[in-house]
Amino acid sequence: MKNQKNMTELAKSLAAILLALVIGALFILISGESPLTAYGALLQGALGSPQALANTVSKSIPLAFTGLAVALGSRCGMLNIGAEGQLHAGAMASVLTALWFSFLPAPLLVVVSIAAGIMAGMLVGCVPGIFKAKFNTSEVIVAIMLNYICTLFTSWLVNGPYKVEGSTAQTELIPESIWFGRLLPRTQLTYALPLLILVAVLMYIFLWKTSAGFKLRAVGANPNASRTAGIKVNMYLITSMLLSGGIAALAGVTEVFGKYHRFIEGFSPSFGFTGIAVAILGRNHPAGVMLTAFLFGIMDMGSLRMSRETMVSTNMVTVIQSLVILFVAAPELIKWHKRSRAGRH
Amino acid sequence: MDAIKMIGIVKCFGSVRANDGIDFVVKKQEIHCLLGENGTGKSTLMNILFGLYHPDAGEIFINEEKAQISNPNDAYGKGIGMVHQHFMLVNQLTVLENIILGKEAGNFILNRKESRRNVQELVERFGFQIDLDEKVENLSVGMMQRVEILKTLYRGADIIILDEPTAVLTPQEVDELFKILRQLKSSGKTIIFITHKLNETMSLSDRVTVIRKGKVVFSCDTKDTSEKELATQMVGRQVEEIVAGRDSKPGEVLLELRNVRLHSRAASTVNLKVHAGEILGIAGVDGNGQQELENLITGNQKLTEGELFLYGTNAGPLSIQERKNMGLGYIPSDRHKNAMVSDFSISENFLLGYQDSKEYSKKGLVDYKALAADAQKQVETFEIKVAGIDQQIGQLSGGNQQKVILGREISHDPGVVLVAQPVRGLDIGAIERVHKTLLDLRNQGKAILLISAELSEIMNLSDRIAVLYEGEACAQFENGAYTKEEIGLFMAGKKQEVS
Amino acid sequence: MEIINNFLSLTLQLSVPIVLGALCGTIAERGGVILLGVEGMMLIGAFAGVAGSFFTGSALAGVLFSILLGGLVGWLYALFCLKWKAHQSVVGVGVNLFASGITAVMLKTIWQKEGMSETVASISNLTVPGLSRIPILGALFKDQSPYLYLMFLIVGGVWLVFYRTKYGLRYRAIGDQPYAVQTAGVPVNRYRYTAMIAAGAIAGLAGSYLSISQNNLFVVDMTAGRGFMGLAANIFGGWQPVGSLAAGMVFAVAQSARFYLTDLEIPSQIVQMLPYVVTLLILLFVGKKVKGPEALGKLVN
Repeated sequence: MKNQKNMTELAKSLAAILLALVIGALFILISGESPLTAYGALLQGALGSPQALANTVSKSIPLAFTGLAVALGSRCGMLNIGAEGQLHAGAMASVLTALWFSFLPAPLLVVVSIAAGIMAGMLVGCVPGIFKAKFNTSEVIVAIMLNYICTLFTSWLVNGPYKVEGSTAQTELIPESIWFGRLLPRTQLTYALPLLILVAVLMYIFLWKTSAGFKLRAVGANPNASRTAGIKVNMYLITSMLLSGGIAALAGVTEVFGKYHRFIEGFSPSFGFTGIAVAILGRNHPAGVMLTAFLFGIMDMGSLRMSRETMVSTNMVTVIQSLVILFVAAPELIKWHKRSRAGRH
Repeated sequence: MDAIKMIGIVKCFGSVRANDGIDFVVKKQEIHCLLGENGTGKSTLMNILFGLYHPDAGEIFINEEKAQISNPNDAYGKGIGMVHQHFMLVNQLTVLENIILGKEAGNFILNRKESRRNVQELVERFGFQIDLDEKVENLSVGMMQRVEILKTLYRGADIIILDEPTAVLTPQEVDELFKILRQLKSSGKTIIFITHKLNETMSLSDRVTVIRKGKVVFSCDTKDTSEKELATQMVGRQVEEIVAGRDSKPGEVLLELRNVRLHSRAASTVNLKVHAGEILGIAGVDGNGQQELENLITGNQKLTEGELFLYGTNAGPLSIQERKNMGLGYIPSDRHKNAMVSDFSISENFLLGYQDSKEYSKKGLVDYKALAADAQKQVETFEIKVAGIDQQIGQLSGGNQQKVILGREISHDPGVVLVAQPVRGLDIGAIERVHKTLLDLRNQGKAILLISAELSEIMNLSDRIAVLYEGEACAQFENGAYTKEEIGLFMAGKKQEVS
Repeated sequence: MEIINNFLSLTLQLSVPIVLGALCGTIAERGGVILLGVEGMMLIGAFAGVAGSFFTGSALAGVLFSILLGGLVGWLYALFCLKWKAHQSVVGVGVNLFASGITAVMLKTIWQKEGMSETVASISNLTVPGLSRIPILGALFKDQSPYLYLMFLIVGGVWLVFYRTKYGLRYRAIGDQPYAVQTAGVPVNRYRYTAMIAAGAIAGLAGSYLSISQNNLFVVDMTAGRGFMGLAANIFGGWQPVGSLAAGMVFAVAQSARFYLTDLEIPSQIVQMLPYVVTLLILLFVGKKVKGPEALGKLVN
């Protein structure tokens, strides 16, 4: 029974992806190129060599983190639109901590910096949760305001007090001793990957193996029944956003510790918003999220080669990803699913 | 002339025949009461007349002309207006704006002056006391109802339907409403009044039609009948024997409500006691305080007046979880909303509410083995037809869902069990199973509070019966002290004589 | 005096996209549809303005094209939300991302460039003789884009429709109690579709202001958050047309003030943050009372 449900969920996601690819192909045609050549170049660029594969995985990591974050919030019925702000806050907090406390021994410094990043994300994340629980205001509006506040605030920090000499808006490098090591030489794949896997596994255990996780899922699935069963609904609404914010922050932390080794302006090409698509497509399950993030990583990585070999802009990938968001969010659109459900009733 | 003639109306919702071939006639310029308990099909019939539902079969004649009513606009076009139980008003707009909404004067630009004039004229003609510029959200409930009535009059309704209008009114507001209705009648309007209250029917109506289980069972001029006769028609003849025999003496009081006010409109407070080894049945038409009773006992709603005792301890300040831990099992009336999570599996639903208990929680982790074992045991005990305990509970039939919930609650051996509408939507087999379980529990020494709108169920199972009417316990007695017809009278408003 | 005039002039210039963006939010959300996609709709309008001007050589054609395309996007938005019952916040995010991507792609397709397009014919500013000489208020009539006057007209138009026509009355009711309006016999969804097309058209217009009035070309992501600022202004202004105008002006003042406060050394990012912080504080303190339309996001059959 569980398998049948999973199958229909999977099919819904596949249908959305297929539809988006078809419409993307149309746009490619309009721009005068062959979709087959373009998509072919994309796949080559992403999976054509071990280095390419490693870089693809590396590109998937921040998307997987934001995807996990949004998925966790959604399991409690909360849409975390604020992941973008949370990851900026996390990245900045971890970098600043690393710079301020650089005198600490490396193992301790790493832990403290990452913890600082997570806490910053939690702080930003819990605000929409509190608003929703106490005032019943939409968590979405509050999160969007916070997104802008966080990105602008970090922008100020990196252009002002913490800027290094030169034209780029970036901070000093963090101590080399705490840079995430590479997993594969001459690629960008670092120890961020095992950290991601750890977080995904922990999230799975939390949601499906602990009683606290059970309560969180119950609140998301039926808040009334949960309240009647004695579960403190408000507490879980806030907790889910707290945890979600912390996980989203890791998207920023791993980018700055693994890839750039400093806070640099513009390091996030809408990871937070794409994470929403990843979560929905991945059906809010850690395994699905990882898979979808990898898929999006393929698109991101492959777009570079696609734009070199054809005239198609790298932004075409953004177009396809956004179409996926739109199609996967529209339940009535995937109509054959309705037909299969009708048979049951 | 007949203002309304409905012939052979049939309306099904799934397998439920809400209207089972109804013939209904209303004469011009009369006040006609449509009488019956909840769920008998009165509202459905009137919603068909107003165009919100379409009948599966049957014909409608308005003023002796065949009519096709597909939506509220058609209904208004034929001069039919309806005041619903849940008001259809826009809180942020003024009284005037609410009245004219949908049929405002002016082609594009709103002609406020003319609209106001039209409404003002109506207000004066019928003698309503109302401030047209007040925002609806600031009005009293009685006032809001008047706005609803004005809406129908503004749209030119000659036939006005009111669905359980006095459910939310104070006694004074009820008197005012009746004055307005009589006035409307004398100015030529026809009124249809849906209710379950006998005193209102007797005092207000010219004719009355009784509906039971989707069919018309009785219809006559009000002056030719009595409350007793109407009550009998509403509940049906008592045919069944009382099944609940007394096997053991009742023990101590495990659940007690002392001077509890169920809601603000209740004229008096409620005193109830449930003993160990006893079933106290709460009879009454839905909407007379049953939901409040459920909520106050479980803790979903805070007690404002009176005290609640569980096992002799004051439970008022305790949380829902704390009351559960003391040994309170709860089977809610609305299981989809309050008792189960449709998307979760049977075993996960079995866990709901007990995820922190010693049996299933080991150091914060869920002991799925123990849970599965218990769930499997309950499935076998109740003979629940499932493909496995991992099946989604939403896919089960209503009866099987209820068995899961029942199994869950009693598997933790609570001393007090609160059961509300336990067999709503269940098939015969499931009903028997549930009833047998309740009787077994009683024989084991549990204290059971059974709330049900089905009088026969109450009479089959209860040792003692209390009847709720408008938030008061208007009667409390041993089962067997009164006949079904007499209890029906209590349910419709007659108070118990104090001997 | 000179400074005040210049300050006022700059404020007015900056207010146009914010006020128009706020109006989009007002229009959509008073009918109960959550509109997070203003940013994206504006960006598409900006691109459409430049594209229209490029292919026809006429800036006016660009303006018209931006309005048409904006209306189309608005209609599609409504389609996703009302017919296919998509999660409205997610549709907004999707539209924003889609706009960002598709405009960059089309940029490359048409001009084979990345980042910005070629220059095109644009709308020139106006100066009203005589009136422009009035102290202080003259700033309104001196060297301003015709969009500014259009903006005032649109605010007035929306106000008129909302509060003086019967359609406006019904539409406002839809945002609060769509079922009540439906029982009164009003086709709720038809009104919502119309409103979304209007909101889209206005967003498109606002976008073209940025591309072919304030400038004469398209730059990638040139809306730079002004759509979201407009949404914040809508909330700040209480979901009213005049409130959107006032709130938009307030935010514009904050933006232009930064050019004049260089002595005070307030970083531009902090100034840009202000509208959002203020809106957040408003939501926090007036929280329970600042309620938008009651039925935001609710659908009818």
